[in-house]
Amino acid sequence: MSSKEIEVILSRQWADCLSVPVFIVDTGGNLIFYNEPAEELLGMRYDTTGAMPVSDWSTMFRPEDDKGVALPPENLPLVKTLSTQMPAHGEFWINNLRGSVYKISVTSFPIMGRPKRFIGAIAIFWKILEK
Amino acid sequence: MKTTIWGCRGSLPSPGLEKILFGGNTSCIQVQHKDTCIILDGGSGIQRLGDSIDPKQLKINILLTHLHLDHIMGLGYFKPFYNPECTINIWGPSGSSKSLVKRLRRYFSPPFFPVRLNELPAKVNITEINNSSFMINEVRVKSEYICHPGPTVGYRLETDGSTIAFLPDHEPALGSSHFPDLPDWSSGYNIAKDADLLFHDAQYDNNEYNNRIGWGHSSIADAIKFGELTNVKKMVLVHHDPANSDAQLKKMFKKSLEHKTINFELEMGRENAVFQVS
Repeated sequence: MSSKEIEVILSRQWADCLSVPVFIVDTGGNLIFYNEPAEELLGMRYDTTGAMPVSDWSTMFRPEDDKGVALPPENLPLVKTLSTQMPAHGEFWINNLRGSVYKISVTSFPIMGRPKRFIGAIAIFWKILEK
Repeated sequence: MKTTIWGCRGSLPSPGLEKILFGGNTSCIQVQHKDTCIILDGGSGIQRLGDSIDPKQLKINILLTHLHLDHIMGLGYFKPFYNPECTINIWGPSGSSKSLVKRLRRYFSPPFFPVRLNELPAKVNITEINNSSFMINEVRVKSEYICHPGPTVGYRLETDGSTIAFLPDHEPALGSSHFPDLPDWSSGYNIAKDADLLFHDAQYDNNEYNNRIGWGHSSIADAIKFGELTNVKKMVLVHHDPANSDAQLKKMFKKSLEHKTINFELEMGRENAVFQVS
């Protein structure tokens, strides 16, 4: 076993202290941590799911636009950040695992370590509407 | 690898009769492997090392963990820098913007120091590292950023069958949500894992640490937990607080061991202590 980069470790510590939902992914898109507020919004627990590949987390909440059209993974802000290493923002609907439907606003940004090493990405999101 | 402590005080040189046992010089440890001389940090302890180094040692390697003053303040007083026959290779962490050379030049320039870096008679090579792995002759060196304010790395030195780890300024308890339970989420784990000899920050007792969380240093108790987490064979506690006398350090150490079973060798670092790791 080897440990994660310090920038990722400190990102988790920071996310752990926040009352807004936060996702942390590695450079391969694997969801390596989400905090308690994210657990509540998504209806799943990190202790139960552990890490998840991008193919799972980008589809399991069935993201949709305002017209109910399914969003492909590449249109999600966090996936955009992974491919561009740039911040991204978007608003869309998700179906959480407890059956609730929320509109969320997501802002994602890359974790750039010293010296300009791309280490992963973080998404912060807010619930803005509930069906 | 023969390892000698030339300085293990933290923050500020603090000479005095009441500190004669553990010493007052700041961070500097020499690792000698055959003809290879590696110096970990250039604190005030490096001045005495320079006086006693083998004059035939014309190639010297200095690994800087970071550029806080207590880790570089001795460099300008290191005699081999003034020997034109010497080659000195310096490695240190990359920052976010200014290069390592530029940051070192801040120290090697007035008003902090009269001699500029490019005026030193020795040939000086400076290399920036981050999470890196490289060879110094037969010694494999691994560096990795760790939890301490400003760009700071820990070092792991490996030869056939023996490993020394150096984390003199390190606050692993801050960098982990569940310290010390999750190795993959613990700062410094890759550097220290299964080391034969680990030099680790232990500046404070528990009370002192509680008032200094986030300053980048560890309590003795957290250092011991980190040693257990990383399964080291021997741990030497360094970066003693400049305010603490020998008597206080002995008392802190004794108290930290009360009611504890520790499954590795543990001691307080003191100047002039020598360890053979093989």
